[in-house]
Amino acid sequence: MAQPAEEHGHSHDEHGAHDGHEHAHGDAHAHGHHEEGFIKKYLWSVDHKMIAKQYMFTGMAMGLIGGFFSYCFRMQMAYPGHNVPGYGVVSPNEYNSLVTNHGTIMIFWLAMPVLIAAFGNFLIPLMLGCDDMVFPRINRLSYQIFLLSALVLIVSWFVPGGGFGGAWTAYPPLSAKAQYNLTPLGSTLWVCAVALEFVAFLLGGINFVTTAMNSRAPGMKMFDMPIVIWMIVLASVLFMGSVGPLVAGAVMLVFDQTLGTGFFDPVRGGDPILWQHLFWFFGHPEVYVVLLPALGIVAEIMTVFSRKKLFAYRTVLYTAFGTTIISFFVWAHHQFVAGIDPRMANVFTATTVLISIPIAEMMFVYIATLYGGSIRLTTPMLWALGFIAEFLIGGVTGIFLGSSGSDIYFHDTYFVLAHFHYTFVPIAVISVFAGFTYWFPKMFGKMMNETLGKIHFWGTIIPFNGVFIPLFVTGMGGDHRRIYSYTNFPELNTPALNHMREFATISLLVLLAFQVVFFANLFISLWKGKPAGNNPWHANTLEWQTVSPPPHGNFAEMPTCYRGPYEYSVPGREEDFWPQSDAS
Amino acid sequence: MIERYIEQVSTYAADIDGLIMLIAVIVGFWFVLAETVFFGLIIAFREKKGVKAQYITGEEKHQKRWIGIPHELVLACDVLIIIAAVRVWVNVKQTIPPAQETVRIIGQQWAWSFVHPGPDGKLDTADDIKTVDELHVKVNTTYHFKLEARDVLHSFSVPVFRLKQDAIPGRVITGWFNAKKTGMHDIQCAEICGIGHGLMPGRIVIQTPEEYNAWQAAQAATASK
Repeated sequence: MAQPAEEHGHSHDEHGAHDGHEHAHGDAHAHGHHEEGFIKKYLWSVDHKMIAKQYMFTGMAMGLIGGFFSYCFRMQMAYPGHNVPGYGVVSPNEYNSLVTNHGTIMIFWLAMPVLIAAFGNFLIPLMLGCDDMVFPRINRLSYQIFLLSALVLIVSWFVPGGGFGGAWTAYPPLSAKAQYNLTPLGSTLWVCAVALEFVAFLLGGINFVTTAMNSRAPGMKMFDMPIVIWMIVLASVLFMGSVGPLVAGAVMLVFDQTLGTGFFDPVRGGDPILWQHLFWFFGHPEVYVVLLPALGIVAEIMTVFSRKKLFAYRTVLYTAFGTTIISFFVWAHHQFVAGIDPRMANVFTATTVLISIPIAEMMFVYIATLYGGSIRLTTPMLWALGFIAEFLIGGVTGIFLGSSGSDIYFHDTYFVLAHFHYTFVPIAVISVFAGFTYWFPKMFGKMMNETLGKIHFWGTIIPFNGVFIPLFVTGMGGDHRRIYSYTNFPELNTPALNHMREFATISLLVLLAFQVVFFANLFISLWKGKPAGNNPWHANTLEWQTVSPPPHGNFAEMPTCYRGPYEYSVPGREEDFWPQSDAS
Repeated sequence: MIERYIEQVSTYAADIDGLIMLIAVIVGFWFVLAETVFFGLIIAFREKKGVKAQYITGEEKHQKRWIGIPHELVLACDVLIIIAAVRVWVNVKQTIPPAQETVRIIGQQWAWSFVHPGPDGKLDTADDIKTVDELHVKVNTTYHFKLEARDVLHSFSVPVFRLKQDAIPGRVITGWFNAKKTGMHDIQCAEICGIGHGLMPGRIVIQTPEEYNAWQAAQAATASK
């Protein structure tokens, strides 16, 4: 493995804070015989597992902030103008900023870091049977830039004028001119934060792709890689392929904001619609950037807990390739009524509706995998199955929006909002909990509490539906998005619609309250969970064939791969699993 | 389905609701089927003592059929949906019937301005009637609207018409509608346009030709004073 010498032979004994400053200034000179200091171990680490945890917990912390924002604006929706406990009265500009930053956080600072960066970093070297990422220092830089981007975003909420409130899509001219958005600093910092976040993920993606291509254990062919690795690699490629135009757009937007250029200003020959094309050329593939890793996580968990081989491994891959390619040709379905040439809508309707083919096929494959299984409803399995059950709702409701004719009505209503929350919540919340509870024993060497895990599962999944099913209905009734208060609209300010808004908000409160169970479980399990052993789930993939948690370098003896990842319940074998590294 | 929640007031509202209904039936069928099979399998194949899971690769022809056949059926449904969607789209957005009346609609932070033709029946003449946040139209009349924006993007949305169109600074976008019932309904801005986005409610007033003419005369009289 291509690794600098500093990677090897570090002891992972207890740290001492006094070592910290000794190493902080120049780890390139550090030698293997030192104990690692606090800073070196936790903040300046090049170990992929530590970087994974950094991404995981930074993402979760940002997710908590995003959750708090949703609490604030949902309270405003249910009880307009009332004091929100823990926040105060939400003003219209604060409302816009809360909504904008909720969306921004949940996609860029929760879904991406946790699904791609955290699971990608943790799993790729372990599942491929190598000792670390190919470029560990680029990996460290990736997290540091990501952390910086998060700090820039947080700062943007506290500058004069407040945080940016022009929606996560940041359409100009609103986003481009301070005289329109009234957040001169907030909007520029917001764009900078997003651009920095992209840099972090480009660096991470280089590592993921290179490591998967070059550092697989001897014997592991491409089609022996676990699906989740494939999915993270594909997501990285998709991200790299789509983000370029948006980075260019972001630079133009910052220039429009700060230097007075007019790229998006019609008065000076610019075009606001240009931004929409650049944004959605990235923005729609981005959905699949986070969806694919989520599907990968679900595949790992479903095979292990149904003790089944994945149904048609190669079909899953081909559908993922298909999705990746088609996703580059659907972006303008976000712009049907945006003022594009109406004839163009017909093309994008066709491509968008057709993307249902690979996605539907993938869903069929996952469901077929259950057939003939021996299904164990552990907490990770409940989350994985919950993903399929809920994501199906997100999938089928998307058809209404991809069809131009019906999108005329649904565009920018709460129907859209409910639809994409039925995709993004399964992605960024349900699959994350699935992966976290599944790999927790490997990450920390302890088992999580199953009872608390199941309480948390049901306490999340039931109110989740309670939040968004009513919002489908208010959307059908004509509720538009990002409206501060419906009290000014006689047709929308009806008791029936108000009750639904209130029901959604109360469901959200229940959902948020149950997250306490998760954190309680997390800390109790870290503190006194049962020791996990190497392979508590009897899984095949390589990460389970080393100790928990794996040491620096991952494997005492580097593994050789003899077979695919899903050889469960093979006839003629006594055990119902057959590790990839098992020579017999 | 939609008409249960909100009235159909334009001539094309029923077409759009019909398309939504068609999609609902098709995807509803697949959704119910998929969830039924899914939960059925979970129940049928719960872990049983001494029973090992089956070894199924899914790579063989007779197994792949379980994916292949639904796959082709989904494709057929997709084609049906695309055709239906394009038909409605072409009817509402792509082909514009000849105008009987024309109004100008201007979005700005944070109000809607409307320019109605005066008694001479023409826009951009001295007797134009300008209003803020209230658009007056005649029932059963094909209107063209000329949609503009002064500052940022706005979106002109009349839910009872099932009509929505973004307004873009620097452009004039032409669209149409024909209201088939009299009454008063909400106009919303459907594109975030800054702090007052949620606070720019408009109203559309659909009147009989007699009522409309009376309103027009009253406006013209006030203007000439």
